[in-house]
This record gives sequence, C-alpha cells and structure tokens, in this order.
Amino acid sequence: MHPDIESERHSPSFTVEELTNMLDGGAQNTALRRKVESIIHGEPELSLKDNYFMTQNERYEAAVKKKFHILMLAQRLGWYHGSRELQYASRSVSGDLGFGIHHIFQQSIRSLGSEEQIAKWDPLCSKFQILGTYAQTEMGHGTYLQGLETEATYEAATQEFVVHSPTMTAIKWWPGDLGRSATHALVQAQLICSGARQGMHAFIVPIRSLDDHSPLPGVTTGDIGPKMDFEHVDNGFLKLDHVRIPRENMLNRFAKVLPDGTYIKLGVPKSNYFSMVVTRVEILLSEVLPLLQKACVIAIRYSVIRHQSRLRPSDPEAKVLDYQTQQQKLFPPLAMAYAFHFVGNHLLEFFHHSKSFILNRDFTLLPELHALSAGLKAMLSDFCIQAVEQCRRACGGHGYSKLSGLPSLLTRVTASCTYEGENTVLYLQTARFLIKSYRNTQKSPGSASKGSLPQSIAYLTAPDLARCPAQTAADFLRPELYTTAWAHVAVRLIKDSVRHLQTLRQAGADEHDAWNQTTVIHIQATKAHLHYVTVKIFTEALEKLESQPAIQQVLRRLCDLYALHGILTNAGDFLHDGFLSGAQIDMARKAYLDLLPLIRKDAILLTDAFDFTDQCLNSALGCYDGHAYERLFQWAQRSPTNTEGNPAYEKYIRPLLQGQRARL
Amino acid sequence: MNQDLQKERAGASFNPELLTNVLDGSPENTRRRREIENLILKDPDFQHENLNFLSRSQRYEVAVKKSATMVEKMRKFGISDADEVLWFKKLHLVNFVEPVGLNYSMFIPTLLNQGTTAQQEKWLHSSKGLEIIGTYTQTEMGHGTHLRGLETTATYDPETQEFILNSPTVTSIKWWPGGLGKTSNHAIVLAQLITQGKCYGLHAFIVPIRELGTHKPLPGITVGDIGPKFGYDEMDNGYLKMDSYRIPRENMLMKHAQVKPDGTYVKPLSNKLTYGTMVFIRAMLVGESARCLSKACTIAIRYSAVRHQSEIKPGEPEPQILDYQTQQYKLFPLLATAYAFQFIGAYMKETYHRINEDIGHGDLSELPELHALTAGLKAFTSWTTNTAIEACRMACGGHGYSHSSGLPNIYVNFTPTCTFEGENTVMMLQTARFLMKSYDQVHSGKLVCGMVSYLNDLPSQRIQPQQVAVWPTVVDINSPNSLTEAYKLRAARLVEIAAKNLQVEVIHRKSKEVAWNLTSIDLVRASEAHCHYVAVKLFTEKVLQLQEKSIQAVLRRLCLLYSLYGISQNAGDFLQGSIMTESQITQVNERIKELLTEIRPDAVALVDAFDFQDVTLGSVLGRYDGNVYENLFEWAKKSPLNKTEVHESYKHLKSLQSKL
Repeated sequence: MHPDIESERHSPSFTVEELTNMLDGGAQNTALRRKVESIIHGEPELSLKDNYFMTQNERYEAAVKKKFHILMLAQRLGWYHGSRELQYASRSVSGDLGFGIHHIFQQSIRSLGSEEQIAKWDPLCSKFQILGTYAQTEMGHGTYLQGLETEATYEAATQEFVVHSPTMTAIKWWPGDLGRSATHALVQAQLICSGARQGMHAFIVPIRSLDDHSPLPGVTTGDIGPKMDFEHVDNGFLKLDHVRIPRENMLNRFAKVLPDGTYIKLGVPKSNYFSMVVTRVEILLSEVLPLLQKACVIAIRYSVIRHQSRLRPSDPEAKVLDYQTQQQKLFPPLAMAYAFHFVGNHLLEFFHHSKSFILNRDFTLLPELHALSAGLKAMLSDFCIQAVEQCRRACGGHGYSKLSGLPSLLTRVTASCTYEGENTVLYLQTARFLIKSYRNTQKSPGSASKGSLPQSIAYLTAPDLARCPAQTAADFLRPELYTTAWAHVAVRLIKDSVRHLQTLRQAGADEHDAWNQTTVIHIQATKAHLHYVTVKIFTEALEKLESQPAIQQVLRRLCDLYALHGILTNAGDFLHDGFLSGAQIDMARKAYLDLLPLIRKDAILLTDAFDFTDQCLNSALGCYDGHAYERLFQWAQRSPTNTEGNPAYEKYIRPLLQGQRARL
Repeated sequence: MNQDLQKERAGASFNPELLTNVLDGSPENTRRRREIENLILKDPDFQHENLNFLSRSQRYEVAVKKSATMVEKMRKFGISDADEVLWFKKLHLVNFVEPVGLNYSMFIPTLLNQGTTAQQEKWLHSSKGLEIIGTYTQTEMGHGTHLRGLETTATYDPETQEFILNSPTVTSIKWWPGGLGKTSNHAIVLAQLITQGKCYGLHAFIVPIRELGTHKPLPGITVGDIGPKFGYDEMDNGYLKMDSYRIPRENMLMKHAQVKPDGTYVKPLSNKLTYGTMVFIRAMLVGESARCLSKACTIAIRYSAVRHQSEIKPGEPEPQILDYQTQQYKLFPLLATAYAFQFIGAYMKETYHRINEDIGHGDLSELPELHALTAGLKAFTSWTTNTAIEACRMACGGHGYSHSSGLPNIYVNFTPTCTFEGENTVMMLQTARFLMKSYDQVHSGKLVCGMVSYLNDLPSQRIQPQQVAVWPTVVDINSPNSLTEAYKLRAARLVEIAAKNLQVEVIHRKSKEVAWNLTSIDLVRASEAHCHYVAVKLFTEKVLQLQEKSIQAVLRRLCLLYSLYGISQNAGDFLQGSIMTESQITQVNERIKELLTEIRPDAVALVDAFDFQDVTLGSVLGRYDGNVYENLFEWAKKSPLNKTEVHESYKHLKSLQSKL
C-alpha cells in the first residue's frame, strides 16, 4: 500500500463498509456481489487487462468470447437470466460483453408479440438458436420515429410482407449486434396494407443464413465502421431490397393484418411504453452512473498520489488534492455520483410503486413517469458526461493515456447523450409536461389544490417566498432553504416559459412556430425543475439515514455541495428577480468553499465505498493500493508498440537516416 | 452538390471569399495558401489510406512516412517562409502529429538557444540533415508543470570527465516526449546537475539513446512507447529510463552555465529562462484553438443544414435541423466564438512578433504582460474550445459519435492542449499573479498600462470588501463598445474581489502561499473574466476596422452574439456587480434569440469562409458538397471489418449454439 493513500484511510469519520452496504441495498447484496466478482475475476477469459491494446476486431471477438464464457458459468452455477448474479457479473466486466441487443430483441418480442409468436421465438432466443438485433434507427432518422422510411408492404396474393429500404437515408444504421452477429432483425417499418399507410410496426426479418451466416438474398448488411467507443459492439447497417417475409412475422399483440389485408388495431401499447421508461432508468443506473463513479475513484485516488509544487516554500511537494482548484474540479462530480445514486433509486422505487396501477390499466401516473424519466435521463447523462471529462482533465497528462482508464469512460458515457432519446428532445418532452400541468392549474384557480398536481410538480402551486431568508453562510447549509430556492427559480422560469409562449401566440404566431421560438427558455426552465427534483430527492433520502449519523453527516456535506454548486453556477437565475441578493450569493459561495476542506478529509473513503475492484476499474492510476506509477510503467511495456517490432524503422526511418547521410 | 447547401449558399448576404481574405490577412495570402494546398492535394506521394481504418502501429507508420517526405517536398516546392510552412503542415499533417517533428521544433531550437558554438557545430549539421533524429525530454512520470520537482540526475565524474545520468525512481522516468518511443536516436534530457557534491538545478544534456545503424537502445537505456492514448495515435510518445548512463562532459549544453573539466560549476550570467519559446508556443496555441473550433463548427453547421428531422408544423416536410431554435442556440454562439478566437489568434501572433522585436532591441518592459496574457488566453481559449468541440459533436446526434464525422478525432487531438505547454489551471493562476501585482501597483498609487489599465479606474475608496459600488455606466446591448465596457467592469470587479479575499486570507493564515491556495478559485475566476474581456475587446476592435460593409455587418452580428451570450451565461456576475439590471438581462436573452434568426441565413457561408479543404476536415458529415448519406455508406463499406462477408468470429456463435 502506498503510504500517501494509506494515510488517507487512517482515521475514518464513518464506516466505509456501512456506506458500501447502503449503496448495494443491503449487506447481503454486498456479500453476493463480492462472491460473484471473485468468481469472475478468477476466470482469465474474463479479464479486461488487454482491452486498451486491442483493435476493434479483437475487442469484438473478445466480447463475444466473454459472453459465451459467462453464459457457460451461469448455466453451471444456476444464475438465471435477469438475476442479481448476472447483473453483478456484468458490472464486474464493465458490461464488456457481446450480444447485448439480442436481449432487447427477445424482450421486444415478449412485449410486442402475440402469445403464439412468443411461444415460437422466445425459446429460440434463449437457446441462441437465432441471434437478434433491434433495427429502428436509420441513417437519416433517429429520435423522430414517424420519419422512418423503411416500408413493409402487404401482398395479399402471397400473404407476405415486402420489406424494403426505398432510399439511401432509409438504411438501418447503428443497431448493435447487427454488423456481424445477428441472424434476425426486429425491423421497425411503415406498414402499408390495402394501399394505406398505418404507421410504424415491428417485423421479424431473417437476415443471415442459419447454415453459413452469409447474408440472405436481398439483404445488404455490415459494420458501420470505427466509432468513439463501443468497439466491442458491431453496430451495423441493413439495407433491404424487397425482402419477403411471411405474414406471421409481423408482431401482432397490438395490431394485426388479416390474410386479405385488412388492418386491425388491438390497443395501445401503453404498458409496453412503461417498460421502455423503466429500461431508461435501469440504463442510467447500470451504464451511465457507474462510469461517473469510476472516474471519481480514479481521479481522486490519483490526486493523493500525485504531488506537484509546494503549498509553502519549506514544505515537500503537496498532494494535488490539497489544492483548492483541484477540489473544485473533483468534489462536485463526487457529489453528483452520490446524488444520482439516490435519484436513480428513487425513480426505480416510484416505478415499482406505480406498476400495480399500470397493470390494472390505470395510466394516470404515466405522463409524470414519462416526463420525469425523460428529463432525468437527459440531465443525469449530460452531467455525467461533463463530470467524467472534468475528472479526466483533472489528471493532467496521464488522464490522456488510455491506461488511466479515463478516456474509455468518457467515450463510453458520452454516447448516452443520444441513445435512449436525444437529450434536447427529451428536455423538451419534460417541458411540454410542465407547461401543460402549469396551465391546468391556471384554468380553474379554485380547483387547483395541491393534490391535483402530480407529486413531483406539486411545488408549482405551493406558497412561495419572494425573498430568501438566509442571513449567514450557515443558513445555506439548511436543506429546506436551498430546496426552496431551487423551487422558487424553477417556478419562476416555468411561468416565464408560459408567458413567452402566450406573448408570441397573442402576437399572431401559430402554435408550432411559437413553440420553436421559445424552446431555449423551455429548456432552461426544465433544467431548473430537474435541479429542484434532484436536490429534493437527495435531501429526502438523507433524512431517512438517521440511524447512521456518521454516514448521514458525510453525505449531507455532499448534498449541500451539490445544491450550492448548482446555485452558484446558475447565480444569475437566483439574482434575477432579487430572490437572492448579491450579499446572499457571497454567503452561499462562502458556505460552498468551506465545505471543500471538510469533504477533503473523507474523499478517499467516499470513493472506496463504491467498492470497485481493481480489475473492474482497469486503471493504472486508480488502483486501491495507490501504486499508480509502477503500474503505469508495467502496463506501458505490455503495449504491442513495445512487444512487436517497429516496421516503420526498417521501411522509413533507416532509409531516412542513411539516405540523408549518403547525401551529406 | 446537395440542394440544401446550394440554397444556403445562394441565400447568403455576403461573399465568403472576401471574409476568407480577412481571415488569411490578404487576398494574396489566400491565393498562396491555396496554391500550396493544391501542391499537396495533387501529389500522389501524399496519398494514403484513411487513418480511421488503420491500427495504431499502421498510423504511426503513415506519420513517419509523411514526416519523412515532408522535409524533402518542402525543399522541392521552395517552401521556407514561416507562414507557408504552417499552411503546408496544416493541410499535410492535419493535426501536426509528426514523429520526426520534435527534431525541428524542440531539439534544434534548444541546441541553438543553449548550445555553445562548438556544440552547434558538432550537432546542428547532423540534426538538420536528419543524420541524427533528436527529441526533447522534460516531463517525467511524476512531474510535469512544476519543473523544479524533476528528479532525473546528471552527476559529474571528474575522473572520466563524464556525466552519469540516472533515473533514480519510477516517478523520474521521462514520460510523454513525442518521437521518443520509437523514432529518435538522440534526446535532449533535462536533469538536475550534481557536481562536487552539490545540486545546481536543471540543465540540458544531449543523450544518445539508440545505436546508429541498428536503432537498438544503447546499454543503460530503457526506452519505449507509453502505450495507447486518447488521441495522437500516430505519435510515439515515449518513456526513457537511464541507469548510470555515461555521456562525455561536452554533451552538457553550456552556452549559459558550465561545468569545468575539474567539476567546477560556472553560473550562467542571467538566471532568466529563455521563456521566449514558451510564450511563442502558447501564443500559437490560441490560433490552434481557433482552427479546431472552426473545423468543428464547419462540420456541425453543414450537417445541420443537410439533416432533416421531425416537424415544426404537423404535415409540413421535415425541416433542416438548423431551423430549430435549440440547434441554433447550440451552434451559433460557438461559431461566434470561433471567429472571436480567429482574431485573437491573429492578434497574439502579431503582438508576439512586435514584442519580440522590442526584446531584440533590449526593451523588456512588455514581456511580463505578454507572458501573463499568453498564459491566460491559452487556457481560456483551449478550455472553451474543448467544451465547444464536444458540443458540436453532440449537436450531430448519433452520427457525431462515428469516426466518419471527424469530430471525435478533432476532439481527442485537441484536448491535450489543456494540459501541454502548461496545465490550464496553473496558467490561469499565473495570469492571476500578474493581475494581483497590477492591482497592488494601482493600490500603491502607480498607474498600470496595457490590457489591465482598467484597474486604474477602480474607485480608490473601498471600505467594505463585499460592498460593490454601483457603476456609473448604462450598457447599450446593441453596441459592441458598450458591451466591452460591461466586460471591463466585470473583470475589474472580480479582480478586486480576488485581491481583497487574498488580503483577508493573508491576515488570517499568516502565510502568503496558504492564503494563495485558499483564494485560488477566486483567482481563476478573476483571470477568466480578464481573458473574456480581452476577447470581447479584440473582437470588437477587429470588427470596427473592417472596410467591406457586407462583411462588417455579418461579423458585427457574430460579435454581438459572442458578447451577449457570455453575459447571459454569466448573468450572475453582471447582476451581482450591478453592471446590468434584471430587465437588461431579459433584453439580452431576447436579443440573442433575434440574432440567431439574423445569423441563420448566413450560417453556411460563414463556415465556408474558413475555407477548409475536405481532407483537412476529415469528415463525411462536413463535406463541402453536402452529399453526406451516400458517402457515409461508402465510408462504412471500407471498414476492415467488412472485408469478409462472414466474420471469422462466427465460430464462437456456432459453438455457443451447440452448447446451450
């Protein structure tokens, strides 16, 4: 153990293990997770250590191999699909597994297919007799589903659908597992039957031969080429040239086409929609948040190993974490890493709570669920992307080396700004909900009692103060004070949004132009709302930790920091109507700065509590024992640039050196 | 040509060629730049495979080849003028990544600055002729910006008249130098000089590291590549570990300090480091920020004019995404920033040359300010650009994530600018030191000049540090000059706050250094505000100088947008300082939206004016002709993964099926 990191763990103000248990959702879970991790790390086939040295081809092959290996392990140990064990297994290999979209393919058949269709396809999927992909996004169209161009035209004579990509932009583009793996694709296409367009429907299209894996006639498919990351996934393209599939291959739980071409709608897939919303939150918790947590672990641990310059001329070089500017870079991300843990879990609980209503076909909670999950997905992924990059840059030059693990965390997390819905579009969906809800409260002022608004926006009609009552810096450490401040700003901005929209409408703009001309302010308002929501969830979660005062205290500081950091970076919004005075902003800034040294003391322990194994972090800088430099040197020597010869020397450098010499 | 782009170009309010001339400095420069670019574009020797589809090792090979042919070609084409060399490299190298480059940019200049005439005679000829390839090694694994912390030692042995070089710890291993990993056979090594039992600090030594003829590391030398990085795949950044490695006494660069054969140390006459090179490189990096941001804007704006998505009104065809207010709000402030940085970059270059001439005449008076200004502006522009390139990439949705967009490459190759040539936070604090010094000077009754002269106007009577005076200024949000004043007031205020907080901490902490650390967040804020003011001021001055009316009109809009957007983003500072009122902030936000609409018709022409060749952009999405989708498909087909129809890894799938 490096003495510089050991000293950080000397006098803990709280028990790290307790915090780990809380993050895991109980000591039992921690134990199970560690058991799974030790099994996984005991398998050399599942090691990540060569990842940084592999080509795209090798990464893909390794991920397929790992998936295969884990399936074998699961079969042997009785880990069923969707079990905690498999979730932990996936976490311990950082999700670096093939065939991820295959499961989405299977899931989609279960929710969109009839019982008969499920009976046919589901076992094939489970036994990997077929391998599926979910092909929705096209080269020219993404988030806007109605714009998709792929067509499925029903032909009554043969009882077949003719699936076709009519233009260049209609080529399916980006689906994972499509480039080289999938034998079948669930294709989203415009259904045309009896000459009428019926909108988007899902079709199962066989694309590769089950005998030799070659593309079937009419199918052009391949890999879309190198990307920023996700090199282990074969994102692909799919061009269909009048490919014929039987009528039975249209998934028909919610709509079907009779043999004669009659189209029948069987309902609205609202409950299916619900499962999409849940997936969105699960991805935040499994694919986005852990990347931020890991980045914090690496950057903060490295910051106590790295020494640079002196704080006083007589002292030895200081740990970079002792610099105020370094704390300013790293502690807000750390606070987010905890805040978003509580936000994500709160959302999951909320969804599970509302599930019974949805199953009873009571969809009243759905708009709120949708607005909340859309907005929070956008905000959390935006913040995580920025924070991971901040952690990377806080590691100076070494943060630029892939061996630090940080570039890969960034390139992976940054994809989340578009997948599962482009963030700007998602913010605006939440904005629509907020504006609609606010307008409803205005229509009938008498009936706008608190109860009539969904829980997360009940504050829109709550009594509001015009001025913040804070008189000292210490007042800014009161959760109700900063929560109220965020509520005030959110309400003001939402009202402002509505007013802007009305002004434009009254000036004669049509509804849609007026909306487009006010979207910037809608987004600003939505972000304030989401700030409020996350601060509130974080503070409420901490109130429940009364039985663990030491943990409550250390997390309270992070919560205060999270809230104040938000206020200070958006100070203009708080000063705008005089809610906060200039003097109060200064108080808030003082409270914020005073938190930094307090968090400094617990910083390493707070990152230890995430309990990532060294193998899973896969970072030369962020290992638990602090021996960053030794690892960096050892790992670099494993690079193929060092283990394989230097062909450039023979081809160019030698002739360069010698050719020039001859000429001289 | 894509129809959307054709329409955009036909609808522009100005002729982009005239703006290109402004950016190049003159029509003659534009002509000559294109002439050089065409030489490269037409030369079959410069053709190579798309780097995106090559492994790291292959990319390095291409770079070595480029590096090697370049020297020869420039001689052949008669290109030697500094600007012309730069034009050549911008197109040929795209990212300036050249493994042999350190020989010319660091090894030879250091030899010239610090070597004696005899040493220059011995080494200069062979390094200029590439008989030896040199690099420059300073940074160590454990130490970067703080030079005094470097650990490598060079101990003089009078018996053999040699220096013994050692890397005593893991942290002392030289780490990061470009061209070191695989290419160079000599290195200038910075090491702590020890002679007669005493350490005399950092000095430079010429160290042979690889055997001539075989290129094998010499005994006592451990050298190699530091492994994969975020970007710079083509560069062999390396490590160097020396184990009691001996070099002759003559290999210490002795123009300034000397070690006599008996080991006596002779001090240099002036201890002042020649920070001219450093200032020069930082000044150039401001231009590099401008160039990378301009590229990113070109790609994102062209693609946004080609991409159609969703609907603004039901039933109408899908609009270009550039018609969405949110997309304009993402991109146009960045476009305005790109122009601001272009002009700042040009200004920095001019200023450097002007002051360098003064220095040549023995006038050092402007050097401290130039040093402070380059440090701060390097940090300010590179931080902004770093975030802005990513914003451009994300504005391209999913396709921005593909290497076909070119944006990931621009980003990963640009982002080290935030760390190299001085880590940005450290740079901002250097500027802050200058600002604090200037503030103290004003406080003690002396006037300051240059960009900080606004500090002279600070009201002299300030009793309470937190009390902010109401500024006697009315800001006109349609006047660039008036907005510059507003930024000036903000800078003055934040400098003063930082200075006062620093004083308070000094009184509390009794130690200047501890106080400095506990005020450093305020100090960085002050520096940023100062740099932001300088940026607005320079942009405004440039716009007012422009002769051509149509160009001035369009740039005036960008200048206003740049200034107003900065106010909107930092509204807290302007409100808290009572520089602007709430209703003015509201007007600022409204005016920004109007400007988005006003700039919209010229957006494509504004990026066309940057006049990047398609090869420089390296982007399918940003192609000049706008034929994005066809070429995206063609690009993907070239991916090595598509070489065989059935991928070899199919075997894993087969075996999986048989076992489940």
